[in-house]
Amino acid sequence: MTHRTKKRIGKIGVTIAILVLGFLFISPLLWMIIASLKPETLIFKDMGLAAFIPKEMTFSNYSKILFAENINFFHYMWNSLFSVGMIVLFGTIVNSLCAYALVRLKFPGSDFILVVIIALYVVPFESVLIPLYIVVNKFGWINEFPALVVPFVASAFNIFLFRQFFMGIPRELEEAAQIDGASPLQVFWKIIVPNSKPVFATAAILTFVTHWSDFMWPLIVATDDSIRTVQVGIQYLFTDNNIQYGQIMAALTLTTIPVILIFLFFQRYYVQGITSSGVKG
Amino acid sequence: METSLVKGKSQIKGQSQMTYQRQRKWLGAIFSLPALALLFTFLVLPVILAFIYSFMNYNMLNPDGKTFTGLENYKRLFQDEVFFTALKNTLYFTVLVVPLQCSVALLLAILVNKKVKVASLGRVFFFSPVVTSMVVVAILWTFLYNVDNGIINNTLNFLGINSQPFLLSPNQAMNSIIFMSIWQAAGFQMMIFLAGLKEVPDTLYEAAEIDGANAFQKFLHVTLPSIQHVTGFVLIITTIQAFRLFIQPYVMTNGGPSDSTKTLVFMLYENGFQFRDVGYSSAIAVVFFLVVILVSLILKKVLKQ
Repeated sequence: MTHRTKKRIGKIGVTIAILVLGFLFISPLLWMIIASLKPETLIFKDMGLAAFIPKEMTFSNYSKILFAENINFFHYMWNSLFSVGMIVLFGTIVNSLCAYALVRLKFPGSDFILVVIIALYVVPFESVLIPLYIVVNKFGWINEFPALVVPFVASAFNIFLFRQFFMGIPRELEEAAQIDGASPLQVFWKIIVPNSKPVFATAAILTFVTHWSDFMWPLIVATDDSIRTVQVGIQYLFTDNNIQYGQIMAALTLTTIPVILIFLFFQRYYVQGITSSGVKG
Repeated sequence: METSLVKGKSQIKGQSQMTYQRQRKWLGAIFSLPALALLFTFLVLPVILAFIYSFMNYNMLNPDGKTFTGLENYKRLFQDEVFFTALKNTLYFTVLVVPLQCSVALLLAILVNKKVKVASLGRVFFFSPVVTSMVVVAILWTFLYNVDNGIINNTLNFLGINSQPFLLSPNQAMNSIIFMSIWQAAGFQMMIFLAGLKEVPDTLYEAAEIDGANAFQKFLHVTLPSIQHVTGFVLIITTIQAFRLFIQPYVMTNGGPSDSTKTLVFMLYENGFQFRDVGYSSAIAVVFFLVVILVSLILKKVLKQ
């Protein structure tokens, strides 16, 4: 067997392996989406490959889950989008400013603070769950939006992520602006921010995806239906004995769509965020 | 302004530059204040409080009646059978998930790193479960694992195998959760491995080929040593992630059947928010915190990260 044919057989083998494994990985999600488009009676009647083929497409599951009187799913989605959006907005500002100060506007103790911030990153969230609940309760935020937002605005990891990037920006750029009489805030806004778009995108996307899937915290602080987030809310769609599978699948699909959109449009930054978490070790 | 441009930065000793430097320090403190104040209030303070509460008899329904009881909560914890069950379940999950998930992730990364047409498609497929939140995945798989009409049992029946109870059996529930968790998260680790694999220079493989190495030898002697650093990192984050297991048992089994999927975090949640026992729950939180820190330090040492 020549070297060339050996290579070609290898490539065919790899292709088949990717396709077979790929189908195994995508099939549960594929089934979820397709079941959401089927009339209820067909979801468990179609078996084998037929389960993956929507013969009679319908959007009625979606319209029911979004617009039916007694289902608050649309409201849950909005609560999630709003609270996570706030975390992203304020978090990006607060964390990037802090990182800039720690890199360029050093003050007594700032290096020590940086060490503490890096150390804080190892604290598993679950271990502060109860005291955090008590602190938030003292503020009177249980079942209020600030409970879902304020504790997550500052992020040790994001500060570190911004810091790593800002350190790589040449000082000359800032010095030129300083000489022109710009204040540190102007330097930050006019020099640092425009030169750091990738890290802002990465931090924002990572923050969004992380908090979009938050479950444990909203479960305990957002018990009121009016403020319930989507991850917690889906549970309340099937407490009845009469489970509507099609509607549940539509809800699951809708819950996933924001992250799918981010993955499709900002794949580069999203993946960069995942791999850049590798520098923190 | 003109003169400062000519003279250069080092020679400026003027009054305005002095104020600028002093102003800089002040502004540094002011800029970092919001983040630091928030981190203190919502992270540092709760960490300290967790330690303090763990030495207290403190019920959420009676916050004024809290008293210091020393090591009482810890004594109770180490006599609590449920705690050892939860610890055992958490360790079982971790010990199985970490090596399996990392191996799967590395295999996937190696596959999609090959120069074949379907590589980018594969990357999207393998990563797709990661974009789905754990809650969505857990609900979806509860249906897939269903005994009567779940698609997995239907497939098994089609292949001539009897239906399995999966989540309803104390022997199978945790393994079912493990299988699903690997499927959900392997794509995440795959991306990190992939970034590591891309850094390995092609020349190393070419040299190995000239020496007559086969595919497995290349993997053993070129790939693995080259991505050692990445592997260590992936092992650590996967381990910490595994210790935090909560959503899957909460959504799929509620810790059952007969406590077979009850984890440390599940127990912490249960005591804190169902039994409202802040003191006892904080003791669990402290033990959990120490276990996670200890394990990651040991791993770091062993892997020389």
